[in-house]
Amino acid sequence: MGTMEEKPLLGLGKLVSSLGEVYKSGRTRDLSWRQSQLKGLIRLLTEKEEEILDVLHHDLGKHRTEAFRDEVGVLVKSVKNTLQNLQKWAAPEKAQTPLVSFPATALVVPEPLGVVLIFSCWNLPLGLALEPVSGALAAGNAVVLKPSELAPSTAAFLAANIPRYLDSEAVKVVQGGPEVGEQLMEHRWDKVLFTGSARVGRMIMTKAAKHLTPVALELGSKCPCIVDWLDSKRDSQVAVNRIAGAKWSTCAGQACIAIDYILVEEQFAPILIELLKSTLERFFTKPEYMARILNEKQFRRLGSLLESHKVARSVVHGGAMDPKTLIVEPTILLNPPLDSDIMTEEIFGPILPVITVRKIEDSIEFVNSKPKPLAIYAFTGNEKLKERIIKETSSGSVTFNDAIVQVYMYAPSCLSDRYGLESLPFGGIGQSGFGQYHGKYSFEMFSHKKAVLKRSFLIEFMFRYPPWDGSKLGMLRHVFRYDYVSLFLALLGLRRR
Amino acid sequence: MGSLQEKPRLRLGSLVSGLQEVYESGRTRELAWRRSQLRGLLRLLSEKEEEIFEVLRDDLGKNRAESYRDELGALVKSVNHTLRNLGKWAAPEKAQAPLVSFPATALVVPEPLGVVLVFSCWNFPLGLALEPVSGALAAGNVVVLKPSELAPSTAAFLAATVPRYLDSEAVKVVEGGPEVGEQLMEHRWDKVLFTGSERVGRLILTKAAKHLTPVALELGSKCPCIVDYLDGKRGRQVAVNRIVGAKWSVCAGQACIAIDYILVEEKFAPILVWFTLLSRIGLLKSTLKNFIATPECMARILNAKHFQRLSNYLQDVKVAASVVHGGSLNPKTLAIEPTILLNPPVDSDIMTEEIFGPLLPIITVKKIEDSIRFLKSKPKPLSIYAFTTNEKLKRRITEETSSGSVTFNDAIVQYVVEGLPFGGVGHSGFGQYHGKYTFDMFSNKKAVFKRSFLIEFMFRYPPWDDSKIRMLRHVFNLNYVGLLLGLLGLRR
Repeated sequence: MGTMEEKPLLGLGKLVSSLGEVYKSGRTRDLSWRQSQLKGLIRLLTEKEEEILDVLHHDLGKHRTEAFRDEVGVLVKSVKNTLQNLQKWAAPEKAQTPLVSFPATALVVPEPLGVVLIFSCWNLPLGLALEPVSGALAAGNAVVLKPSELAPSTAAFLAANIPRYLDSEAVKVVQGGPEVGEQLMEHRWDKVLFTGSARVGRMIMTKAAKHLTPVALELGSKCPCIVDWLDSKRDSQVAVNRIAGAKWSTCAGQACIAIDYILVEEQFAPILIELLKSTLERFFTKPEYMARILNEKQFRRLGSLLESHKVARSVVHGGAMDPKTLIVEPTILLNPPLDSDIMTEEIFGPILPVITVRKIEDSIEFVNSKPKPLAIYAFTGNEKLKERIIKETSSGSVTFNDAIVQVYMYAPSCLSDRYGLESLPFGGIGQSGFGQYHGKYSFEMFSHKKAVLKRSFLIEFMFRYPPWDGSKLGMLRHVFRYDYVSLFLALLGLRRR
Repeated sequence: MGSLQEKPRLRLGSLVSGLQEVYESGRTRELAWRRSQLRGLLRLLSEKEEEIFEVLRDDLGKNRAESYRDELGALVKSVNHTLRNLGKWAAPEKAQAPLVSFPATALVVPEPLGVVLVFSCWNFPLGLALEPVSGALAAGNVVVLKPSELAPSTAAFLAATVPRYLDSEAVKVVEGGPEVGEQLMEHRWDKVLFTGSERVGRLILTKAAKHLTPVALELGSKCPCIVDYLDGKRGRQVAVNRIVGAKWSVCAGQACIAIDYILVEEKFAPILVWFTLLSRIGLLKSTLKNFIATPECMARILNAKHFQRLSNYLQDVKVAASVVHGGSLNPKTLAIEPTILLNPPVDSDIMTEEIFGPLLPIITVKKIEDSIRFLKSKPKPLSIYAFTTNEKLKRRITEETSSGSVTFNDAIVQYVVEGLPFGGVGHSGFGQYHGKYTFDMFSNKKAVFKRSFLIEFMFRYPPWDDSKIRMLRHVFNLNYVGLLLGLLGLRR
């Protein structure tokens, strides 16, 4: 069966060993198997689209369109992209060999890691589960997916449907809470990808250490958004559309790449805030256009961020919270105290602090004073500022004049060979995590690049071996300096004896 | 100062924060700085060559030629390669932005991670230290190197010399034993590379978890060498040269990529070990005697502890009985004769632990293909070697086994092919380096996406209606015609 309930300590052991057996049988390595799995995923996403939009609405109150945009649509595109490129990605790549090793062939051969474990988070419960799963399958692995129990409808959906659309012996969904996650980590995995909080990330990594399990962590951060003076009214409006979309239209701000806070010049702040207010009014004409706060715990957390007197005083828009419906109004703050919780912790909600700076360049120092974020956003037409931001800050990604969309970037593969990479890597750095995925990066995250060197017996240099003498050392010097002429002459010299 | 002695608990804290400041000043990011460091390394390696030979002989009894071949020369080649390619590696790489995001630019920009920590092992105390350090510097990082205290002359050499040839504020050498390593790991690093044993690797990883420090581990393994029936006399001799070289000429077998044991068909074993038609002494034995003609041709066993470990392998009665060449041990000089064993019990320690010494077990199999199953019964090794001309066997080995690398008809040399990644998988570790892979190991590949305000699709935002979800479908399906028509329709 494809699913397991909580407390199956014995069951998990058997699960892990059975997956090991399946992997050893070799079937997941076949390109045709991998293609069938990817096609199965696409069928799941298209045939079950209605149900998917339902469960996402159930778990998070996401409007169908938002759910489609952020989880289904982009996922289908990604999996199709993977399917198109699979053969290319899985093909051995030639590596250059030094002339002195002639004749020789050097290849880098991607191979699956084996049996991998993926933990997904509750805020994009479908996307954060199936995007890495698709990459792991493309790379030829057997996969265990542990979806977050905090998005139970989606978890149940995955548990019921994955075995129907994919190879149920090689792809398992294990449902349950933190204890199940801990039990899973008692075993060794060939790779673990964890998306979630730093606290749990630490626990995962500590358990992984016992088995020397390689881990990739996608953690949260405060993603800053620098807003420069924009010349035209239209540009400002477009920028504000994108900011509003990246805060309130993305799971109500409960997303690792949502805009956390804004940095803007003192003089521009009032204009920005007015635009934000009017845009909010235009976008969120009905409450159901914004996702719900996940649960009471998150609701209370957000409430406590606004409790402090000074923070509450800085509210310039919204601020209303309904504990019955768990709805938090889109809220804007102007200059809450920098040492308040709302400015030190990741907000993960529909509250947007606006911090003013004297000159926009000061925002770089501000950003650098905080841990490295997953994404930095900047709305500006100033090329010099853009260069400074790229050079002087560090983050998983930097996006100019838009937000969130960097993760939608999948180019058609027919052009990518000539024009560059087909996708941008997604991942954190520093406290926001390590390991990158999306597109080809997902494939590589779950692959091992095996070095294969083929040599011949044709040419044999005895100066490689003892017994040693000065002439051998001399020959070795020529070799390592690529001094082929001297090498050749010396070889002739040696042979004349 | 560039070096510290043991027990500097307070000073390590200020060392780390001092390095953070140096990194934040931005100077290590400059390409010019990075090049100056690489050139400094090259100068160090050439000006201090004699001293390097001395310390390596001091620590491990390596002959100058072996030191040059395995450590010095390989480093010079590698650093030159890095210097030549640095501009290319550090340059942003274009990614193609999908048409629907037009006009847009997408780039992957490599940037340094920050302050990194490199632990090196005792068997290649120069190479395993400076190879990763050179890559970390090329990537623009500030570096702390903690060389193994078990190779003290080399550690002292590095501590004294690195500050003279490199930027002493940005590249530090911290000497000391395991306690110093533990103290270093109390701090957060932007990356840690550890080369050594599984046991210590686990410790490093556990401490790293507290700070969410990313780690790469280069661990040991039993590297098998499959020897197929080879036709020509010359082919056999060349193969045996390379096998002998990859066992006894590489730090006396104390190397993570040394051949650990051999797998050979029952029929071929005698030819390999005992006799050829023309001589009374086997190919392996005769080549061994030619190459390791005097004790100075082979490195020393590191210390009494390792000597004891190796002699313990031979104490097992059944193992001792399987010795067909060598086997003598001198506890006073810590010398161990190059030793060959034929079919020691497969459950003996010598066949379950990484040997890391000049003892070579030969295991016979019925058919050479059985060797694949044999090696798969063991943890994934760093390297698999196979001497064969059978293309089908080569393919089967490549496809059915998993290891850091596979080398056919040679051994060890994969280490110096710059285009090939070096690193383990499974119990032999994770993370790869050498050449560009070192640069990448110590870099963050930052995604940079530049968009414009020119084109704005309102169907991205609420308020929602059916037409918007239709437009989004067109976008994700790259259905530009549908998209265009829809846009025109909407605008009407």
